Amino acid sequence: MRNYYKYLLILPGVLFLTIFMLVPIGMTIISTFFPNEAAADTSNYASLFRDSYFLEILWTTLRVSILTTIICMVIGFPTAYFIARMSAKMKALLLILTIFPLLTSPVVRSFSWMVIIGRNGLVNEALMGIGIIQEPLEILYTPTAVIIGLVHLFLPLTIITLVGVMESIESDLLTAAASLGASRFGVFTKVVLPLCVPGLVIGGILVFVGSFTAYTTPALLGGQQRVLSTLLYQNANTLNDWHMASILAAIMIVVTLIVITCMNLLANKLNPRR
Amino acid sequence: MREKHIGLGIFTFLVFVFLLGPLVIISFTSFEQGTVLRFPPESFSLDWYKNIFEVSGFLETFKVSIYLSLAGNLLALLIGIPAAYALNRFDFKGKALLEGIFVSPIIIPGIVLGFTFLRFFITYYQLPIYAGLFIGHTVIMLPFIIRVVSSSLANFDFSIEEAAVSLGASRIGTFFKVVLPNIKSGIIAGVLIAFLESFNNVDISVFMTGPGVSTLPIEMLTYVQNYFDPTIAALSVVLMIITALFMFFVERLLGLSYFTKR
Repeated sequence: MRNYYKYLLILPGVLFLTIFMLVPIGMTIISTFFPNEAAADTSNYASLFRDSYFLEILWTTLRVSILTTIICMVIGFPTAYFIARMSAKMKALLLILTIFPLLTSPVVRSFSWMVIIGRNGLVNEALMGIGIIQEPLEILYTPTAVIIGLVHLFLPLTIITLVGVMESIESDLLTAAASLGASRFGVFTKVVLPLCVPGLVIGGILVFVGSFTAYTTPALLGGQQRVLSTLLYQNANTLNDWHMASILAAIMIVVTLIVITCMNLLANKLNPRR
Repeated sequence: MREKHIGLGIFTFLVFVFLLGPLVIISFTSFEQGTVLRFPPESFSLDWYKNIFEVSGFLETFKVSIYLSLAGNLLALLIGIPAAYALNRFDFKGKALLEGIFVSPIIIPGIVLGFTFLRFFITYYQLPIYAGLFIGHTVIMLPFIIRVVSSSLANFDFSIEEAAVSLGASRIGTFFKVVLPNIKSGIIAGVLIAFLESFNNVDISVFMTGPGVSTLPIEMLTYVQNYFDPTIAALSVVLMIITALFMFFVERLLGLSYFTKR
C-alpha cells in the first residue's frame, strides 16, 4: 500500500514534465536528424559548421560568455571575500543590495544600460562634456555592450554563490593558519583560495551557461550583432525556419549539458576537503 | 581575522556602484519632464507615470502577467507540494533521476524551452496561446516551488507526523493538519519566488505572443526597441518597488540564507 502511495504523489509532476517538457525537447533534438522525414541525416550539422555566418555568431557567443565568466569571477571573488568577513549586520545589508538587482527584471536592467551607454547616453555626454572625445563612442549595440549587460546580470549570482562558499570555511582554520605564522596573503592564497575552488567552478558554470543562452540582454544591447539565442529566435519567429531553430536549440542543450557535467566532475576533483 | 582592508573596501563600494548605479539612474530619469532620458533630470514631473496607463498594452499585459503567475503558481503548488513531500519523506528507487527531472527546467536554457513550447504546444498539441503560456510558465515555476518546499520539509521532524498517525489520525488528515502548517512559510516564500520568476520571464513568453496576446516584459521589450522615452523608466521604478516588497517578504520568511545556499 505505502509503496505505490509514494509514487502516486510524485506521478503528476513527472507526467506533467514528461508531456510538456521532456517529450518536446527530445522530439526537437531527434527531428534535427530528419530534415525531410526521410532517413537519418547529419549533413545539416556538417554544413552548418562550415557556414561562416553561423561560425562567426558561435564564436561571438563563446567569446562573450567566456569573457563575462572571467570578469564575473575576477570582480566577484574579492567582493565576496570582503562581504563574507563583515559583521553580521553589514553582511546582511550588502547581501540585500546584491540580491535586489538579481530579482529585478532583466528587461529593466538591460534598459538601464541603454540609458547609460547609448549614443546620447550618460557616458558619451560626460566624456564629450569634459572634452575627452569629440564624437560619441559606439558602445551600445556591440559585443562590449552585451558583455557589460551580462556582467551586470550575473555578478550578483557570482557574489552570493561565493559568499555562501566562504561562509562555510571555518574561521578556526584561518586563525590556525595565521597563528602558525602564515601572512595575510598566505592565508588567502594557501587556505581560502583552494577551499573556494569548488565554489568558483560552480559559480563559473552558472555564469557561463547563463550568458551562453541569455536572450534579453543581447536582444536589447546587441542590436544587429547576433548571438546564438537571438539567432534561434530570429529563425523561429521571423524566418520561420524551424529546422534551423531546432538545430540551434539542440546545440545549446548539448553545450549546456557538457559544460555542466565537466565542471561538476572538476569541482569534485578539485575539492580539497575530499 | 576582521582587520579593515581599505583597498578591498573601496573595490567593493565600486562594485555596488556598478550594480545599483544603473537602477538609481533610471529611477531619476523617470521624473524628467521632457521626452529625452536625461540624467540628472532638468525638471520634475510625474507625467511619465501617468503615461504608463495611457500607453495601450501596459496595463492590459500587466494584468495578463499577474494572472499567469497566479494560475501557474496554483498548478505548480498542486503538483509540486506532493512531489516535494514524497521526495523528502520516502526512499525511492531512482530518486536522483526524479530529482534531476524536477530541476531540469532550470538547467535547460530558457530560450530552448520557449522554442519547443511554441513548436509543440501551439503547433503540435494545438493549444490556444494562453494555455501554452500557462503551461510553459508552470513548467519553469515548478523547480522553485519544489526547491523551497523541500528545504522546509528538510527541517520538519517527520516523527511528529508518525505520532499523529499512530494516535489514529488519517494520513491525509495528518498532512493537512500537521505537515502543511509547519511548512506554511516555506510555501508562501516559494510562491513569491516563483511569482517573480514567471512575472519577469522573457525567454518563454517571447515565443508565445500573438495577436492581442502578450505579457508585460514582452510589451516592455517591444516598446524599448521602438521608442526611447522615460515611460519605461517610470514603469521600471514601479516594478522595482514590487521586487523590493517581494524580497522583503521572502527575507522575512526564509532569511537571506535561502539566496546564498546552493
